Amino acid sequence: MISKEEKKDLQKFALEIRIGTAEAIKARGFGHVGGSLSVADVLSVLYGKEMKIDPKNPDMPERDKLVCSKGHAGPAVYAALALKGYFPYEELKTLNQPGTNLPSHCDRNKTVGIDMTTGSLGQGTSTAAGMALGDKIKKRDNRIFLFVGDGEIDEGQVWEAFMFAAAKKLSNLVVLIDNNKKQLDGYTKNILDTGDLTAKMAAFGFDTQTIDGNDIEQICDALEHTRAGGDKPYAIVLDTIKGKGIKEVEETMANHSMNITPEKGDEWIAQLKAERKALGE
Amino acid sequence: MKTVYNGEMDSRLFKDVLGATIPALAKEDPDVIYLDADLMSCIGTAKWANENPEKAINCGIAEANMAGVACGLAATGFKPIMHTFGPFASRRCYDQVFMSGGYAKNAITILGTDPGVCAAFNGGTHMPFEDMALYRALPEATVIDIADANQLISVLNQSKDLPGVKYIRVGRKSAAKIYEDGATVPIGKGVTIREGKDAVVFAAGIMLHEAMQAAEMLAKENIEIAVIDMFTVKPLDEDCVIKYAQQTGAVVTAENHNKIGGLYSAVSEVLSRKQPTPVEYVAVEDEYGEVGPQDYLQKRYNLTADHIADKVRTVLKRK
Repeated sequence: MISKEEKKDLQKFALEIRIGTAEAIKARGFGHVGGSLSVADVLSVLYGKEMKIDPKNPDMPERDKLVCSKGHAGPAVYAALALKGYFPYEELKTLNQPGTNLPSHCDRNKTVGIDMTTGSLGQGTSTAAGMALGDKIKKRDNRIFLFVGDGEIDEGQVWEAFMFAAAKKLSNLVVLIDNNKKQLDGYTKNILDTGDLTAKMAAFGFDTQTIDGNDIEQICDALEHTRAGGDKPYAIVLDTIKGKGIKEVEETMANHSMNITPEKGDEWIAQLKAERKALGE
Repeated sequence: MKTVYNGEMDSRLFKDVLGATIPALAKEDPDVIYLDADLMSCIGTAKWANENPEKAINCGIAEANMAGVACGLAATGFKPIMHTFGPFASRRCYDQVFMSGGYAKNAITILGTDPGVCAAFNGGTHMPFEDMALYRALPEATVIDIADANQLISVLNQSKDLPGVKYIRVGRKSAAKIYEDGATVPIGKGVTIREGKDAVVFAAGIMLHEAMQAAEMLAKENIEIAVIDMFTVKPLDEDCVIKYAQQTGAVVTAENHNKIGGLYSAVSEVLSRKQPTPVEYVAVEDEYGEVGPQDYLQKRYNLTADHIADKVRTVLKRK
């Protein structure tokens, strides 16, 4: 259990990540807003509490690593990294501008703090498994966190990687499935029904939990459980809302990628800032 | 480096050379790690792999995942060598190698065995005539078609420390001996196996031996051809191509691959721009493979010494 104070701090950080995400997407005028906002809370707990990182030493081999296999959530990851000091906050506004270090999809060679290049969906699952295996063989005391989208798991490679992770007993791997129920064309249940994700992950040999993925306390508790080691990889199915935190985005059906006018962006940012202010300094 | 070609076959099978070289590299360099997709037994690494579970990872029949895992291992400081048959080492995991490997700058060595007609009794499904074309199109990739056992050992020793994606295609049977034991065969350099003034044949992989046989046949007609081992199809040794095109004025390429996208393409791309010269090819005519013994398939797809000699006679008329 976390203290009230800690919870509040992480809620503030989550709001700041949402603000940074909105600032970046507003500056470009369009972007992957839905799937970025849904992972803001888990990003807050990861970068605010759980992960062993040092922004001044981003290549430290023993660091915890995040593979954002749903690479289009880049804007939210960039916001978290900027807020942690990996690069100047103002740089967020260069998202997808010519020559930027912040492309739509995560790129380990462009952005300080990004641990793996992703974008072609499914691939981050295997690279994360490889990183977990490599760090395990090198006897590093760290963990690999992996974001996978619920739409992304349509990709067969994801299940190859899950089988591999369990077979090789990669208990330093924590899979976080962003079950926001929607993909580009609509609801996942109407496009390719993923069925019972919790049962599937358990059947694949994962130590599996299912939580409200937009609830800071539940995220903290679930992540704490994944520190236990053992001989199974961990999975947390995050029950999330696509676009979480900005009502208008939540209520937009096609919110995978949206156009945003500067006025609309300002409106959203003002809203988020008011919520942030309400939580105090 | 000395070449020792006299037409005799090497007593070693490529698969045995792989089975000895991969464990040796892993022993000598703690960062070398070997991955396979359930084909360890085909290259003689299975026993060693069972005894060295932290050096050799069997990924099961899941090549896309294997490629990704290899890239993840590279990101944590390893020098992965992944193996499967050529079609699965190229077609089956191309997007994974493209993004998680090349684009993400994770250096990996990919071994694709049984290229082209070497797939023989596994047939057309297993017969890649397009693997070099695929990997040539990958920016910064290195593409190699192995002709000789000592060359294979030398290439593996170099490849593990090179950046980017390295794709090495090699058969599992034996081949004619070309390089002396212990030879260093530098990646990226064409090697002159035979000098000749009338035409040049740039050959790779199993076609090198055929080219040398063609040279003997043509010598009886007083046609002297140079034969170059162009085992590095990318990055191509452009200076070597231009030099021999200038010297002879007639070029033939020979490869166990589709005429599209492989050695013929690479050589033509250079010459068309820098040294326009008549070029003929010995390659597969944009067809799928089929089942059969390798000697039958070489005839079926026009990949023999006779075909090379014919193409030399043709190109000489265009001089």
